[in-house]
Formats: sequence, structure tokens, C-alpha cells
Amino acid sequence: MKFRSYNAIWLVCAIILGVVDKAAAEELVTIPSQAWTFNGPFGTFDKAQLQRGFQIYREVCSACHATKLLSYRNLSALGFSEAEVKAIAHKDSVPAVPNDQGEIVDRPALPSDHLHGPYANPQAARAANNGALPPDLTLMANARHGGPDYIHAYLTGYRDPPEGFKVGEGMHYNTFFHGNQTAMAPPLTDGQVTYSDGTNATVDQMAQDVAAYLMWAANPHMEERKQMGVMVTLYMIILTTLLYLTMKRIWSRVEH
Amino acid sequence: MSTRKELNPGATRRDFLVLTTTALGVVGTATLIYPFISSMNPAADVLAMATVDIDVSNIAVGQAITVMWRGKPVFIKRRTEEEIKEARDVNLSLLADPEPDAERTPYKPEWLIIIGICTHLGCVPLGQKPSDPHGQYGGWFCPCHGSQYDTSGRVRVGPAPKNLVVPPYKFINDKTVRIGSET
Amino acid sequence: MTKETKKGGVINWIDERLPIFWFINKELVEYATPKNLNYMWNFGSLAGIVLVVMIGSGIFLAMHYTPHVDFAFNSVEHIMRDVNYGWLIRYMHMNGASMFFIVVYLHMLRGLYYGSYKAPRELLWILGVVILLLMMATAFMGYVLPWGQMSFWGATVITNLFSVIPFFGEAIVQWLWGGFSIDNPTLNRFFALHYLLPFLIVGVVALHLVALHMFGSNNPLGIDKKTKEDTLPFHPYYTVKDCFGLGVLVTIWGFFIFFAPNFFGEPDNYIPADPLVTPQHIVPEWYFLPFYAILRSVPNKAMGVALMFSAVFVLFVLPWLDKSPVRSGKFRPIFKYVFWVWVLACLTLGWSGAQQPEGWPLIMGRIATFCYFFYFLAALPLLSRYERPLPLPESISRPNSFPAHKVK
Repeated sequence: MKFRSYNAIWLVCAIILGVVDKAAAEELVTIPSQAWTFNGPFGTFDKAQLQRGFQIYREVCSACHATKLLSYRNLSALGFSEAEVKAIAHKDSVPAVPNDQGEIVDRPALPSDHLHGPYANPQAARAANNGALPPDLTLMANARHGGPDYIHAYLTGYRDPPEGFKVGEGMHYNTFFHGNQTAMAPPLTDGQVTYSDGTNATVDQMAQDVAAYLMWAANPHMEERKQMGVMVTLYMIILTTLLYLTMKRIWSRVEH
Repeated sequence: MSTRKELNPGATRRDFLVLTTTALGVVGTATLIYPFISSMNPAADVLAMATVDIDVSNIAVGQAITVMWRGKPVFIKRRTEEEIKEARDVNLSLLADPEPDAERTPYKPEWLIIIGICTHLGCVPLGQKPSDPHGQYGGWFCPCHGSQYDTSGRVRVGPAPKNLVVPPYKFINDKTVRIGSET
Repeated sequence: MTKETKKGGVINWIDERLPIFWFINKELVEYATPKNLNYMWNFGSLAGIVLVVMIGSGIFLAMHYTPHVDFAFNSVEHIMRDVNYGWLIRYMHMNGASMFFIVVYLHMLRGLYYGSYKAPRELLWILGVVILLLMMATAFMGYVLPWGQMSFWGATVITNLFSVIPFFGEAIVQWLWGGFSIDNPTLNRFFALHYLLPFLIVGVVALHLVALHMFGSNNPLGIDKKTKEDTLPFHPYYTVKDCFGLGVLVTIWGFFIFFAPNFFGEPDNYIPADPLVTPQHIVPEWYFLPFYAILRSVPNKAMGVALMFSAVFVLFVLPWLDKSPVRSGKFRPIFKYVFWVWVLACLTLGWSGAQQPEGWPLIMGRIATFCYFFYFLAALPLLSRYERPLPLPESISRPNSFPAHKVK
């Protein structure tokens, strides 16, 4: 009898895992997995990598892509000092509250401000990009199957289209994008950015760094979450074991 | 069976197990409550030093304006020479909350910047407009329970216990004051 | 000595005026529970605890959430980023919904296998199905609140189903929406109702427990308790067993919260809702997948809707479909086999619901839909009549002793 109950539970789990895994299986091309420093239950962000990734975002991506859910003050998690965060914020302008004449003028951003996107509204964004709307990137690492692996694959996945594949006007062939045609031109080229820590800025390196940065942008509390998880799991294993032993002790009194 | 609990003859190792398990369980449950209580504290975006920049170039001598900062009214008063002298001449030992005027005006004596919330029970005192009652000490008068403040915003007549609070501020240039930050 | 009498004094004083201690002692301490319950009996208490945690975490989330189309998505991100431990409470709530359905489905499987729905527990079972329906409504509305792409489009698809109702369909859908499409009025009312329904669930759970205590728990043998030897007091035996079960549940739940918080979710819901862009693949949450598969198993919209709702409503009449006097599957050799085929059909339905409705998934989904209804409407009634059950043991305390086989 007991055997059957356990059987059922494993069957259920296997099927659920299969059902959910189907999403990944659906992708025609397998997204290559990268060895992220934040993988696994003990994974952490590499702050130097996050800073490099932030540099890529700022110098390459932010021309078209917003990350409006981030505030400048969040950047202190990357290892920047308070003064550095202020300086980074100060470089950007955000609309101020209306002045006494009722006009809205720009003012330098403060750490408490959210990062302001490059376009005033979606219509302006489309007008500047042939009708395509560059999506906000704050949650991109969570909004795609494969997360940072997908972002890296996409950024390094631009190829010449295979024989007979017709690429639309203004579109670009990409191995990993759904439908294989994407409106964004390849954004990265070797040596495009000079890293302040001297790392060689190859396309692959830049793609890794910006994908890691976007993973942080989407999950800023990831490290805290995993660390808490380790402690909670340890505690629960101990407590559950004690509960099991207590249960056995109490039940040893009776015939069952 | 037990070597410890002589007083409690029924106690066994089993009870020690039960006790340990229960104790561990209670500790865990109590720890679980902490994040929920903490979540009600001000969130990070609220805590982030919200500052407001005010253009004071149009305030005439003797005039006062009211601005909002962190949801509270802030009185910015450009004091006259008489008001400054009045404030500086006060004998500190007469004050319920002694504080030299110079300490309350770190930038220039003519600029008094104070939070316009009565330190008694939180009403907004009158005195910003020339037509408002100012109390006997030329400053502010709280209509709720009759507290009176002088030209430095210090409490002279209760029931308010403390002076009107001076927020952190900094004049980033001659025309603009940033309230909420001293740096 | 004096301390104990004082304590007894206060308790007695309260008990004389409101007998809560007497009640707790009768229903949770002394309560005679069959002594042979296996782990499948843990899921009831687990469901109750998950309900409490969902209400608690939900209330604290509601302190920070804004139910307006322009602010909802960002308010959830505000919770995740700025509210102290907001990420923890949100993930607890989000994964708690999945835990709730896992626990309740296993709880129902127990009832189905061991015949807990049979006389005299028919109303207990029916109240359980009511709880399930309320849970499904609550979960559906809850998923809309983050206002992601899947929130919006899942809500659009499912509310549109009500248009199949003859004559009043369109009017009913607009009444549900509060407008001409899923928009702010819909979001606002879903928030109000999502907050309300769990408290209705609490009420029905209370009735469910009252109904349970009328005749006591069923047991793996399916035979009634006869003597004191058949039972044990609920405390400490089942309190400690339920605590152990809770430990296992929390460990598993914690694994998802801390190490795989988005395992049960859809990435598309991290994209703000856009009425102009339909996701490539609209999928409901996993616990709705079997019903989704049944919905899509027939090409006719009205039939699909009718079948989908029938899949739940058939549960209401189950006590009258299976009239076999033997409760437990343990003593019903053919029923046992048919039951597991039905479980396989449910899992197949779940798988099929996640795929595009074409090719093998559609074929398998159709077969599984047929099996699902065949089980209730044909297999069980036939088995009641024609199955020869195994001999039942003498009692719970003598499970291996079989009295002389009585001729029917």
C-alpha cells in the first residue's frame, strides 16, 4: 500500500517536471548553457562582471533600451561608492516637476530617481526604430526561457541566413530568436568598448557581461535569497528529522 | 531510564527529544514572523533620501513660503533684520527647548527653514502669511491648542514640548536650497 | 500546586462562558482517529496550513500592491525590489498557490482511492468540491493581478468562454469585465474578489471539518471503526505526524521559494500586459492544464466549455455514481487498476494542456478526456454492480484476520 502512495507522488512529480520542461523542449534550437558565477544554490554575482555589464548597457544598449524599474541607488550593489553612484546619476537628465511657469524642464538625476529611458513614449521609440519597439530590459532575464543563457545566445547568435531563407526588409537573421528574424541589428562588435578593468572586449565577453548584468537587474536580491535558502533548508532538514524521530518515539508506544 | 529528571519520574529521553523539537519549531516559527513585520517598515524607495530643490530667488525679505518635502510642509522664511535680532537676543534659559538661533540657521541668518508641524500633536501652525496670527513672539501660532513659536521657530508657549524641527538642507547655490540633504 | 489550580481556574472561567478549551480537547486532542492512517491522510491538515499562509502572505502583499492597470505591474516589482523582504513574501505566495493545488489534488486522490466520498461522507466530499471551485476562482483571479502578458491574455481567453451561454452570453461577459474587454474595472474587481474568496474558503473548510467529525476519518481499509482498539487519540499521535508532514512540505516549498522561484510560472508574465500583442503560446498555470486540455479537446466552443465545467461538476455526483459498498480500493482489484488508468489520463490531460492543440497532444488529449469521463460515468457504476471485491478484514485493529466469507 505504502509503495503505491509513493509511486503516485513520484509519477506526479515526473509528469509535472515533464510538463514544465516542455517549454524548453519547444525551442527548436537548444540554447547553450553558460557557466555563470550565479548558477547553483551557492552562486553569487561577480561584481566586476556586473560593472562591465553595466558599462555595456550604458554605452551600447541604453541608446534604445530603458531599464525603468531600476533606480540609480540600486547600482551601489555593483560595488560603486555613494559618490560614484551620484556621479553616474548626475550624467543623466530626467524631467523635473513643473516650475512656477508650469513648464517641465530637465534636471540632473539623483540616486533616488529611476533610470529614465531614451524615449519619451513608445510612439517616439517606434518612430526612431522603423516601427519596432525596443523592449525595457530590466526583467528580460526573467521574461525569456533560458534567461541569461538566452540573452547571451541571442547577442552572439547573429549569422548569415542559410540558403533559401528570406530575411525581411530591415530584419536580421538570428539563430536563437523566435522566427529567426529580429529587428535589432547586431549590437556588439569586437573591441567596441574599452573595459576599465582591462578585460578583452570580445563579442562573447561583452555578451556574457551584459547578460550577467541583466540577470542582476531582474533579480537584485538573488544572492540574499540563495543564502537565506541554504540556512532555511539546513534548518528544515534538521527540524524535519527531529520531527520524524519524535513521531517514531511517540508511535513506538502503540501497536500499529 | 532517566538520569536527569529525578523530580519528574515519568520524563524520559523521549521527552528531551520532544522538548528539543518543540523548541526548534517555536524558534523557527518566530523567525518566520520577522520578515512580515519588517515588510511594513518604510520600503527602500521611501527611505532613499528624497530631496527637493527650491528656487528661493523670488522670496522678498520678510516673506515666507511653504513647500512640501517627504509629505510634510516646510516653512522657508527670509527674515528681516529685526526678526534676526529678536531671535538672537533671546535668553536661552527662558526657553523650554534651549537652542541658539545660530544653530538653527546654518547657512545665513536671514534664511530660516523649518518643518511646519507643531511638535505637540502635529497641526500646521499659522504665521506664513502677514495676515495670519503670529502669537506674542512674532513667529508662528498653532490654532489647535495654542502653542506659540518665536522668530526662530522655537517654542515659547506650550503645550508643544520642542522647537519646530530644522530639516537637513544645503544651499547648492545662492538661488537654490536642497531640502533633505546636507551634502 | 497553587499555580495549577489558578491556571485551571482561568480556563474553567472561560470554558463555562465559551467552551473553547472543551471544544479543542474534544475535537483536536481526544478525537478518536483510526490508528492505521497512512501518509495520504496528511494532506488535509497541510491544505489547511497552506490556506493560512496564503491568507497571511496575501494580506501583507496587499499592503503594497496597487490594483490599477497603470500601476499593478510596477507595484509588484516595487514589492520585489524595495519592500523589506517583499521578494520573500511574494515568492511565498506565488509558490504557495502551486503547493496548495499539489496538496489538494493529492488529498482528493486519497479520497477517490479509498472511497472517502461514500456514505455517510457524501456531504463532506461535496463541500470539498466546493472548496476546490473556490480555490480555482481565487487562483484564476490572483494570477491576473500582476498584470503581465499571461495575466491579461489568460483572463481574456477564459472570460470569453462565458459568451457561449445562450442569449445572455455577451451580456454576462461584459458584466464580468465591467467593460468591453479586460481592463481596469476587471482588474479592480478581481482584486476585491481575490481578497474576499479565501475567507469564504475558510468558512467552507469549517463546514468541511464539522462534516468530517460527524463520522470521523475514513482509513486505508475503508471499514468503520468498531472498538477503542481501532483508534488513537488525535493528540499526540496525529499532531506529531501532521507536524512531520508539515516539515516535509515546508522543506519542499522552501526549495522552490529560494532556489527555483519561477519554476511553476511562465516567463511571459514578466512582460507587462499589452492588449495589442498576443503571446505565442497562452498557457494557464499548471494546475489548470487538465481542464484546459478538456476544453480544447472538442472543436466546438460551447461543447468545450460544457465539458470543462462538467469535469468538475461530475465530482459533485460521484457518491451516487459509485455505489459499491466496499470503500477502499485495497479490496477492489479491478477498481484499483481502473483508478490508476484514470490517474494516468489526468496526467496526460495535464501534459496535453501545455502543448499546442494539434497532432499527438490533441489526439492523446481527446483519448484522455474520454477516459476521464468514462471513469466516472461508466466504469464506476459498472464496477459497483459487477465487481467482486476481496473479503474485508475483521476490524482496523485486526487487519489480517478475515471472518468467514459471507454469501451476498
